[in-house]
Parts: sequence; structure tokens; C-alpha cells
Amino acid sequence: MTPFTLKIVTPDGLLFDGQAEKLVVRTIGGDVAILARHMDYTAPLGMGRAVVETAGQRRTAACMGGMLRVSGGEVTLVPTTFEWSDRIDVGRAEASAARANKILADQNATKADLKLAQARLHRALVRKSVGSAK
Amino acid sequence: MAGVSTKEIKNRIRSMESTKQITKAMEMVAASKLRRAQAQVSASRPYFEILYATIQDIIRSNRELSSPYLKARPVKKVMYLVIAGDRGLAGGYNSNVLKMVAAQMEGQDAQVLPIGKKAVDFFRSKGIPALTEQYAEAAELSVGDCFSIAKVLSKGFLAGEYDQVYLSYTNFVSVLTQTPASIQLLPLREQGDQANPQRRSDTIYEGDSEDVFAAIVPEYLGGILYGALCESRASEQAARRSAMDSATQNAEDMIADLSLKFNRARQAAITQEITEIVAGS
Repeated sequence: MTPFTLKIVTPDGLLFDGQAEKLVVRTIGGDVAILARHMDYTAPLGMGRAVVETAGQRRTAACMGGMLRVSGGEVTLVPTTFEWSDRIDVGRAEASAARANKILADQNATKADLKLAQARLHRALVRKSVGSAK
Repeated sequence: MAGVSTKEIKNRIRSMESTKQITKAMEMVAASKLRRAQAQVSASRPYFEILYATIQDIIRSNRELSSPYLKARPVKKVMYLVIAGDRGLAGGYNSNVLKMVAAQMEGQDAQVLPIGKKAVDFFRSKGIPALTEQYAEAAELSVGDCFSIAKVLSKGFLAGEYDQVYLSYTNFVSVLTQTPASIQLLPLREQGDQANPQRRSDTIYEGDSEDVFAAIVPEYLGGILYGALCESRASEQAARRSAMDSATQNAEDMIADLSLKFNRARQAAITQEITEIVAGS
């Protein structure tokens, strides 16, 4: 397949800079796959699995928040957090999910707490599913 | 008489020496923290730059965009987000940025969101209302905190609690130079080149372009804030390192000066003693 230039930058630094053949990410509207020569495109990202396919290699990652931008054939992914599946600590994600569940089950939790816990649970579940499906 | 004086000088030398040890130790601590902070700055810079360029691009190619984030309103209340340090003894680091902000908010109905203990104390003593003082520890702030601050700020801006938002921080130019700077965060402004103002936009947006904008702006602010925080932290360590370096230098100069005085006094005492012995025999 024809490759295109892909850049993945997070606040922690440049995670990917090179040629890729296919990129799949979860935007707020659902999963989107980008191939070479995609037209200009901008989308905010949701929380979900991202797949990067380079020549003969397929890597998955948990990708949350931020945005995706295609401009002049160059693809830039600017997520808030982006973790390759081999870097995810599944145990930690499970613990985080359990903590969030506990808050959600709590009758006295405030609305703000519930919202935070929900977001945390969502993140933890994404991490868990990406991390355990190596 | 001479004996008292040499003793006094000796005491002063000793106290200078312990001061020197402290400033030297602080310098070395700052130098090692600076290395870490510098690595963080260079790691976060590409994110910062790409985010900035993208937002500018969207603004430029979407003139008809009617997002409330872009609309300039008559300015009644101004919000300042001020990043300073937690501790003193960093040369002009804290006072430079705080003085700049104080001069800028002269005559305005200003409110602040101070980050760092020094900023909190400064605005408290000036009687300027703070939105929250929960971010008193600049060194402890995480990326997540930056994003929640950004969310709070954009919500307040949309609700009309303030009509302009500025971010004041210290730019890390190099190890030797740090300059305080203020940037306008909200409303968003188009900056830089106006070379091709009529560029047509063929970009597709996931959902409405305004929805995209509304979702991206808080993220963008959070990213900018995190970048500014990294810059400020590195600047603080660099400023402290050079302040402590010159303090150590000064202590060394003083010790050299005092040692000279001490030797002179000792020599004078010996000479006097000899004269006395010779005169007595």
C-alpha cells in the first residue's frame, strides 16, 4: 500500500514520526481509518483503540482525547495520551477500573465525582482491552 | 586589640564559608533539576507547536466560523493565569513575571488564577481576587491538572465571567536568559502571516466545524498551559542556578578579601609583638 507521513505527538514528546500505510483511530463520531491521499480532515478524538499499520507491521495503542488532522496529505495525530499496547500496565488499568466502579456504586458520591469516575472507568476499560489483546 | 580583630575576621570567614557551602549545594541541586526540566521542555515543544499551528490553520481557513471562542467582546473583566515559582532565591525569576503582570493589569478589572506559592502570596497581598488557590504548588502540577484548569477557564469564558484570558509565564530562552511573557489565550486571535488570507478551506470536519472547535479549544488551552508550565519550571531552575552561582562567586570573593585582611592583621600583631620585645630588652 502507498505510505503516507504520520506524526503522533503528545505532551510527553514525539511518539511516531515516519511512514505509515494505515491509521485507525476513534474520533467522537466513531472509528475512522485513514489511508494515503486522504483529503483534508479534522476531527476531535474520543477514547479508544488506535491502530497504526506500517510496512508489514501492525501496532495498537490506547489513544485518548486531542485531535486528528490531515492536511496536504500529511497526517498529524495530537492526542492527550497515547500508549502503545506493549507499554500498558493491565494490572494498573484493572485496579483503576475497580476504583472507579466503587465510586460509581457509592450512593453519596457527588455529580462531579460520578462524572470523573465514569471518565476514569472508560479510560481504564480502553487501556485494559488494548493492553490485554497484544 | 589586634587579637580581637583577627578573631573577629576568622569568625566571619567561617560563616562565609558555610554560606558558600549552602549556595554551592543549592546550585548543584538546581543544575540537576534543570537538566530534567530541559528534557521536559524539549519533549513537549513539538506538541505545543503542532497544536498551535493547527488551531491557527483552522482559524485562518474558516473565516465564517462563529464560535464564541473567537468573538471579541467589550472587555470588562480580565482573567490572568500567572505561573511563578514556589520558592524564592531564584534571582529575578518570580519578581520579573509578577511585576510584568502587575503593570499589565493596571487600571483593569482583573482576576487571577495564580500557579505557584509566590504568585498566590503576591496577589493576596495586592488584594486581587483569585479564582482558586488550589494550584499553589507549581512543581506538583500534572498534565491532567492543566487540562482541568483549561476546562474551568473555557467554561468561565463562555459563561461571560471574564472577557479576556491572558497567560503569563516565563519563556525559557536559554540557560542564561529567561524572559517573562504574556499571551492572550481567549478570545482566540489569528496571529502571524496574513499572506494568503483568502485560502479556501476544503477540510471536512467530523461533525460540525463548530463542534470540532468547541471540543478542541479546551484541549488546546490545556496543551498551551502545559507547555508554558514546562517553560516556567525550566526557567525557575535556570534562574536559581545562575543566582546561586553568583552567590557562591561573591562568597569566594569575600573570603579572599577577608583572608587578606586576616593575614595583614596577624602580621601587624606579630610585628607589634617583636617591637615590644626589642624595645623591652
